[in-house]
Amino acid sequence: MAKEEVKVFRTWSSPFPLRVIWALKLKGIEHEYCYEDLSNKSPLLLEYNPIHKKVPVLVHNGRPIVESIVILEYIDETWKENPILPEDPYDRAMARFMAKFSDEKCLPAVWLVFTTQGKEQEEAIAPALECLKTLEGWLVGKKYFNGETLGFADIVLAWIANVLGVCEEVMALKMVTEERFPLLCAWIENLSNAPVINTTWPPRDKLLVKYHALREARVGSVGPK
Amino acid sequence: MGEVKLLGAWPSPFVLRARIALNLKSADYEFVQETMNPKSQLLLESNPVYKKIPVLLHNQRPVCESMIIVQYIDDAWPTGPSILPSDPYDRAIARFWAAYIDDKIRLHRSDLVADPNLIRLFPSLQTIARAQGEEARVEAIKQVISEFQLLEEAFEKCSKGKSFFSGDSIGLLDIALGCFLGWIKATEKKTGVKILDPETVPHLVGWAERFCADSAVKEVMPETEKLIAFAKAKFQPPSK
Repeated sequence: MAKEEVKVFRTWSSPFPLRVIWALKLKGIEHEYCYEDLSNKSPLLLEYNPIHKKVPVLVHNGRPIVESIVILEYIDETWKENPILPEDPYDRAMARFMAKFSDEKCLPAVWLVFTTQGKEQEEAIAPALECLKTLEGWLVGKKYFNGETLGFADIVLAWIANVLGVCEEVMALKMVTEERFPLLCAWIENLSNAPVINTTWPPRDKLLVKYHALREARVGSVGPK
Repeated sequence: MGEVKLLGAWPSPFVLRARIALNLKSADYEFVQETMNPKSQLLLESNPVYKKIPVLLHNQRPVCESMIIVQYIDDAWPTGPSILPSDPYDRAIARFWAAYIDDKIRLHRSDLVADPNLIRLFPSLQTIARAQGEEARVEAIKQVISEFQLLEEAFEKCSKGKSFFSGDSIGLLDIALGCFLGWIKATEKKTGVKILDPETVPHLVGWAERFCADSAVKEVMPETEKLIAFAKAKFQPPSK
């Protein structure tokens, strides 16, 4: 089998390229990383992703695919081993729905809590908890969002197991508690122990520094706007 | 194929996406006109997360979010014509542009005065209608033209010389963009601005005509005059 070119444009910390990497690892696809510094984007990145200028980009035999969720579907359709999307059309629709919910509702809700303080933050917490409650509901009777094994929805939601914990530590505010969300906590534990996932987590100490700086930039010495 | 219900409203471009997809598969379905104000019990139960239309109920199981519904229809009716291209790379390109189109709309959701379920124009189209003063209007028009020029380029690449984004027949990306044609025409008529301008986007103009004439579309695409009347009743007119 001829060696295929599979490159992933990523940064050391962003959770979105990690989704792509996990999918490739789960399928045993050899790939290379191209690390980007987003404050100084490479000409290649700008060529491959002229509209959004973001990571991740997957380059497969010279052709770029962008947007993490689009890339995940591409990976699943191109390499058939260890499918990450379920086979049943309804289950597929649910997985896609969960992915959309993650990025369109959960992430912005959590981000709002992370980038505010005082009254603004207080008001942001309830909607974020609502989102987490929805996720909790989806885990009833299941080990993973995908069912018995981890799949597409888990890969997309994995930022909750990774980035969210870091944000909580930086803010000294815990939203995902055992009391409130026992199933979500169990899922975080299971995901963190999955071999493909835990070998590629970015170093936590570096993440803490980064997110600390991010939060300071938003709410730090500048004070409330 | 089981019982199929589509919960929606006739002016909604998102609901239209689902209808076109069902028509492409020649699927029988019951169209349930959603009351919206107040939202029906059925809607609240079947889409508790977003409480929005469209909702597809297939054997009473709900599928929500228009593009997810379209892909579901493609998966669940495998014998009809394919809505997504067969090649994974072409599928990725179609999904990319569909996501791009939806992103452009979602950004300005908070700008909408009426029920955001029903009226979701391209934000730039709204900006034109609301632009105060000539300078703002010119800027807004420039923005729309540049967005559509991007889509014109996308059309040239995706269609590979054929009639639709998807090739010889309507597919995912045609549906994703084409659903807005009724509202685009209504906006053009109301504001006098030519958005689908044969001078700037000639391929899209041709595509739009073919799309609206397609048998899966023409019976369900809302009429321009009806949309204008609907918008008049729903919106405050922009202050002069």
